[in-house]
Amino acid sequence: MAQQPYKQVMTRQQIFAASLRRWLIPLGVVLLILFAVIYPQLIDKQNIWNLFFLICLHTTLSQSWNILAGFAGQTSLGHAAFFGIGAFVTRTLWLDGTPFALAFLAGGMATVAFAMLIGAPTFRLRGAYFAIGTLGVAEVLRITVSQNVPFISSMPGPMMAAYDLAPRYYLALGLAIVTTGAAYLLLRSPWSLGILAVREDEGAAQSMGVHVLGHKLLALAFSSFFAGLAGGLFAFQQISYYPAAPFSPLWTFDALLIAFIGGLGTLAGPVIGAIFFILVRQQLAVTLVEIHQVVFGIFFIIIVLVFPGGLVEAAMRLRRIRWPKRPS
Amino acid sequence: MSIESFAQTLVFGLFVGSIYGIAAMGLALVFGVLKMLNIAHGELLMLGGYATFWAFRTFGMDPFVSLAISIPLLFAVGLILDRTIYHRIVRLLGEEKIKNSLLVSFGLTLVIQNLAIWLFTADERTVQVSYAGVGFNLLGVALPYTRLLSLVIALTATLALSYFLHRTYPGKAILGTAEDFEAAELAGINIHRVYMLTFALGASLASIAGTLVTVIYGISPSIGIIWTLKALIVIVLAGTGSILGAFPAGILLGVVEAVSGAFIGPTYREVIGLVIFVLVLILRPQGLFTRK
Repeated sequence: MAQQPYKQVMTRQQIFAASLRRWLIPLGVVLLILFAVIYPQLIDKQNIWNLFFLICLHTTLSQSWNILAGFAGQTSLGHAAFFGIGAFVTRTLWLDGTPFALAFLAGGMATVAFAMLIGAPTFRLRGAYFAIGTLGVAEVLRITVSQNVPFISSMPGPMMAAYDLAPRYYLALGLAIVTTGAAYLLLRSPWSLGILAVREDEGAAQSMGVHVLGHKLLALAFSSFFAGLAGGLFAFQQISYYPAAPFSPLWTFDALLIAFIGGLGTLAGPVIGAIFFILVRQQLAVTLVEIHQVVFGIFFIIIVLVFPGGLVEAAMRLRRIRWPKRPS
Repeated sequence: MSIESFAQTLVFGLFVGSIYGIAAMGLALVFGVLKMLNIAHGELLMLGGYATFWAFRTFGMDPFVSLAISIPLLFAVGLILDRTIYHRIVRLLGEEKIKNSLLVSFGLTLVIQNLAIWLFTADERTVQVSYAGVGFNLLGVALPYTRLLSLVIALTATLALSYFLHRTYPGKAILGTAEDFEAAELAGINIHRVYMLTFALGASLASIAGTLVTVIYGISPSIGIIWTLKALIVIVLAGTGSILGAFPAGILLGVVEAVSGAFIGPTYREVIGLVIFVLVLILRPQGLFTRK
């Protein structure tokens, strides 16, 4: 074993700063959750509930994309397919009289089953097959659903009369927390090294005995389950919508953009990205009605090309500038 | 199903398939040489279609003649896109390159589509030529002139591309770069110029497909992604890396879609392509038209 060149001596202030830093993140998380729980109740306005709901929904969707693309390195261009299947199954079962909790879980499970159907053949091959496959599934489902179920899906009268946004928001908040928590646990699990190794170098991982296909499918299962639940949540919240709407490629794009704004492959990325994205979109949609998607598209291209680390990496860099001599 | 209507289905599958082929060939060219997937290919096709539509609307130009405008126009668009965006991605290596090209072109899809909605409105537009709906009958099978002309143009473009790639100097440089870009560079080929030319050629092929789509189906800003998808399925059928093989593979997809659509109903027609895609990946992942 190599000897440490010198013992790191910390002053009392540095010890205090280090322990503070260790507690800073959990404290921040708790404060953020408390804020998310209490603030909408204090204001209690429809648009605030709605805004917070959207942030949670997008956090979930983007985190689920991040599990697959950021951790396992498998780019899905058809997350809308998972979102849409979850929405479709949940909505159909729920409006048919199934208890919502059951329909919600069934939506998630159906999405996983469908994802495996696409993942198993495409993950065997390297390259872009999985991306093409998911893009294809999303578009084909969108077209097929819009042709076969062209009518708007509305909640029946009594359900609409009892409609309340608050429980829907708390479900969304819970789902966002559970998804991020699951991503955290996945990173702490025995599989995490395998998943990250597959992202870094498939060939090297395989030669070390990592079961590449298994780890990819595991990440896909996690990812599609939460994407499906996000779809179910959308189906629960919307009073009426076209059944083909959740299959729109815009949902995929939102998930991608948020993950890239926040920081791909980080836990905090999708959360920060979703807050930023929803707040900015709310402004842009008002001022640049028609071309706000164009602005986001260009923004996304620039991030991917120039700042692939997103906001989280930018913050890290800033921190490095402020504390050049961090004890490692 | 009678023999005539079956033959009719086959012939229409052939017509549609030739458009799939020409759309896929541009994408396969870019994929084979630059080794990146341009999801925005269908968007370029859509722009080419609009060039045809506006030439028809403002000058009354015949859509097949307007190829003389839309091809150079999209060639220029291809050059600009390569200079501004894609040349940054070509520099990357391997997986990183393909992943970034997917992400960036996915974003570009959104940009071009929404720009088109803003500029041209989301309405579906069609081009009505004087000879639309006219054609002749061969043994009870109707052959409309517009479709026949489309087939001729698609075939001509395929042959011209084949001639260009195999018989001319820049074409050989493209094929050489596709095979091994380092060796090509050592042999004195300016590979960045080759990449630029290839991308612009791919965009031109997309514009030809766009013109044919506009004449036969009409056009709206949202059609891009559907055609990208068809082209991607065709590429997987043909085998990645096979550029000219995309044309027969496109015809195959067109015929299979038409025949199966006639049996199981048109609303599930889109599913067929996807099923073929998955089956080919399971059974013959190297594609149908490649040896090895």
